Amino acid sequence: MTDDREPTMTGYDQARWIDGDEPRYEPLLSEKDETTVEVGGDDGPLPDDLTRDDLTLPELSEPELARHYTRLSQMNYGIESGPYPLGSCTMKYNPKFTEDVAALPGAAVHPDRPDGTLQGTLELMAHLQDYLARIGGMDEVSLQPPAGAAGEFVGILVAKAYHEHNDEGHRSEVIVPDSAHGTNFATAALAGYDVIEVPSAEDGRVDLDALEAAASEDTAAFMLTNPNTLGLFERNIEAVAEIVHGVGGLLYYDGANLNALLGRARPGDMGFDVMHYNVHKTFATPHGGGGPGAGPVGVVEKLAPFLPAPRVRERDDGFERFDPEYTIGKVHGFEGNWLVLVKAFAYIARLGDDGLRDASAKAVLNANYLAERIGYEVPHGPFHHEFVASAGDQDAADVAKRMLDYGVHPPTTKWPDIVSEALMTEPTEIESRDSLDDLAAAFEAVREEDDETLAAAPDRTTARRIDQTEAARNPRLSWHDLAD
Amino acid sequence: MSFNIPDDRRYLESHEWTEERDGTVRVGITDFAQDELGDVVFVELPDIGDDLDAEAAFGVVESIKAVSDLYAPIGGEVTAINETLFDAPELVNDDPYGEGWMIELDADGSLDDLLTPEEYEEQIE
Repeated sequence: MTDDREPTMTGYDQARWIDGDEPRYEPLLSEKDETTVEVGGDDGPLPDDLTRDDLTLPELSEPELARHYTRLSQMNYGIESGPYPLGSCTMKYNPKFTEDVAALPGAAVHPDRPDGTLQGTLELMAHLQDYLARIGGMDEVSLQPPAGAAGEFVGILVAKAYHEHNDEGHRSEVIVPDSAHGTNFATAALAGYDVIEVPSAEDGRVDLDALEAAASEDTAAFMLTNPNTLGLFERNIEAVAEIVHGVGGLLYYDGANLNALLGRARPGDMGFDVMHYNVHKTFATPHGGGGPGAGPVGVVEKLAPFLPAPRVRERDDGFERFDPEYTIGKVHGFEGNWLVLVKAFAYIARLGDDGLRDASAKAVLNANYLAERIGYEVPHGPFHHEFVASAGDQDAADVAKRMLDYGVHPPTTKWPDIVSEALMTEPTEIESRDSLDDLAAAFEAVREEDDETLAAAPDRTTARRIDQTEAARNPRLSWHDLAD
Repeated sequence: MSFNIPDDRRYLESHEWTEERDGTVRVGITDFAQDELGDVVFVELPDIGDDLDAEAAFGVVESIKAVSDLYAPIGGEVTAINETLFDAPELVNDDPYGEGWMIELDADGSLDDLLTPEEYEEQIE
């Protein structure tokens, strides 16, 4: 039997692009002339005091190296070790098939080529823009921002460009509720706005009277996440939108908690004008650690001309990149963190409408089940994807340290400060009932313990209590410091 | 728990103390404030020569638990800052009314409207 298909790209094929009419190839490593990279010497590009002739590298056998990395992995605790209910962070397992898709040779083509040679890439981007727009109830989406916080900043810059375009550049204030994520305050300040903080009402939601008092013709935007940081749906969202729009402001949706609404409610339908998507939280792309992320931004029609460039659209003869009319410009190299976007696309395509609805249902069910199972006081509720318990007379930070001893990751502690000694807990949809029961048992064991035990925790972990004060006052930032 | 509230100073609701010293006014944070904050790990102060408005934020104090703004008790020009705190922020915890002082001001008003020690003590009770 013969295979008469065209040969496909495999592994590490040469990158190729078209320069005029000529195809050009990136040379293979073996073809590169080693002498082209010179260091030191009279003609070298580096000054003498930055070069050296000798280099002491550790000499290790393969087994030694393998043991070193295995030991490091055993000292660590991650989502593949056990439950990780770090509230607000949405620590979800990243399905391995998304890595497989991102590792396909066709997924990693160089973007600096004519649109005609990138049709597959552009088609995927166009579809992802469309998926995200439909999920958020937005009209148009930019995939470019490289992280959630970057998306937030871009969203507010787009709002600012819109106001300035309409001769409303005098709007100088962004309103943020006291329960908001810290990035909201930072985003507004970085974009040049004065930040107006409004307190939450008794029920943990936006205080409409306070919002009404804060809103004015100086209001550029109100930033909100829904469900909010306490895991509560902002029931008055339509009234909130009316107040903000009534003074000519825009309503910004922080997509951090969109995983609670997937397939069930859409920010656009609630009156939001601009939003960012945290693809690592709402879907499942690798998370945190300063690595590549993605924070696409969605907008309603009237803001679309201001989105970052380039965007992707479909034409009769295929897909093309284009610059929106009044674009704020580029905010990242090429098309953003492309492989992260591929993983988000793969996740959405694999789950489909039913799968996404199922994910949000389980996220909400799991949070409420766990909230019922623990003995700590849990004010407010019922909840969406997360809840905030109170450690009461115990110190929430000590509770967290002690939970490590029971083999689970603790919740986020001491925030938001509208609940005292907060234990902000988000199990996510990935945990089974057994796993939630284990988690509840850990909470319960710690709740019964005395302050002395808590203050001495953890005592069963690889690293004991870290001296935070010493670490902050005298940080060791290099291995050289360890020698002292 | 009782906190040290020296008689020779005036106080702010936001837990700063002020002390008149030969025509200048020295400012720091109170014993209560340093206790609430916990271990202070970083202090940010204005530059000498900066003009401060009364009640405006003039700096930041950061502990392992929280980050707080510092508020000027009174308007005036900054004539001195305690640079020692940049390398030894623990002085704010160890000696809040002495070595842990933060700035000195050429004040353009009187301290009389600020809280007396008795009034401040009532506030933190």
